[in-house]
Amino acid sequence: MITVETFNTHREASSALNDRTRFLAGGTLLMRDVNYAVPGIEHIVRSLEPLRTIRSEGGSVFIGAAATMLDVINARETAFLAPVARAVGGPAIRNMATVGGNLFAPSPFGDFTTALLALDATIHFADGRHEEIETFLAQRDSGRRIVTAISVVPPLSGSFLFSKISRTKPKGPAILSIAVRLPSGGQEARVAFGAMGPTPLRAKAAEAALSRTRIDEQGIAPVIAVATEGLAPADDALASQWYRRQVAPVHLKRLLLGGQR
Amino acid sequence: MARKPISFTLNGNEVSVFVGESANLMEELRRNVGDLTPKHGCGQGTCGACTVMVDGEPQLSCITLAQSVEGRSIETVAGLSQGPVLHALQQAFIDGFAAQCGFCTPGMLMAAKALLDRNPRPSRDEVIEAISGNICRCTGYEPIVDAILIASGQSREVRR
Repeated sequence: MITVETFNTHREASSALNDRTRFLAGGTLLMRDVNYAVPGIEHIVRSLEPLRTIRSEGGSVFIGAAATMLDVINARETAFLAPVARAVGGPAIRNMATVGGNLFAPSPFGDFTTALLALDATIHFADGRHEEIETFLAQRDSGRRIVTAISVVPPLSGSFLFSKISRTKPKGPAILSIAVRLPSGGQEARVAFGAMGPTPLRAKAAEAALSRTRIDEQGIAPVIAVATEGLAPADDALASQWYRRQVAPVHLKRLLLGGQR
Repeated sequence: MARKPISFTLNGNEVSVFVGESANLMEELRRNVGDLTPKHGCGQGTCGACTVMVDGEPQLSCITLAQSVEGRSIETVAGLSQGPVLHALQQAFIDGFAAQCGFCTPGMLMAAKALLDRNPRPSRDEVIEAISGNICRCTGYEPIVDAILIASGQSREVRR
């Protein structure tokens, strides 16, 4: 039998976390596991704290962990992330799925987190601490902390690119997703892939190549050549790891060239 | 299993029930409340057959923790018609043969209602987007899209 415990704040809820406990946010990941009786879930913890606010402060945008994809689409402050949020599920899922929950989505889900990784987001926890997203993702599955907010510095206009590749139209899980921040105005190049590893991963060789080139077919050739270095895609029902490795450079090229082949 | 008392509004009527601690809303609506219109399709938030509206927004009842709707307003297809008078969407689905086996229809109707409530004159692409989380294995979707456009008072030839 699975028990559910409800707390007034995330901080209180975080004190109840242990190896057999899961935190319920929007429910789009956890409730499906509950319905299918996935082993290992004995106790669910939830919080009534309404952490859905999206606000700008000191050059960053703070997104409450309980903000939904629909909240992101509707907020002026997160207009640069709206195309990413629209790529997540259908309208009902977007009305439920939270930004905080997406951070914990197993591959091939987690498109929004892929974008946050390319934007060097910072993850804020209920205990008051914060961490860079890459560090957070590296130890995501062993941590027992509740996320309260994500902060991100908005990219300069035209420097952020995102693409989700799916077999199902108009919506379906990703074969892979790609988020790129082009180097400009002091912001470094970032290339992040979703569904190309157990968590979204940065393609650091591609980033290094991207930081010293121009964006045209010839210029990006070195970027494409090293696109999948360091990535670790898996086989699943959507695609084999071999297929993912073959198509990832093609889709990165299309994204960088704005849809041109 | 421990049960928890909750109260909510279902299609305008106050409902108070005991729900399973980790039960989802769809199970409780069907087995406990007796509203059989949300369908049990995939149980993982993929097919959309269980779509209901919670506080005016579409939500998948199979992945909604039942106790989380305490104090909230739930709408299902059971509340669409006014007595014998069908909702415009229901009538358009019938007239346009937009239901074959009918299993996806309640979810389609609620997804469509959520769209028309906030956008009474949607484009064809907006209709397609609105039902993009709902799977139909019979119709090929075109009759459903046409029916939603017709229910909005537009021609099925409406622009993309």
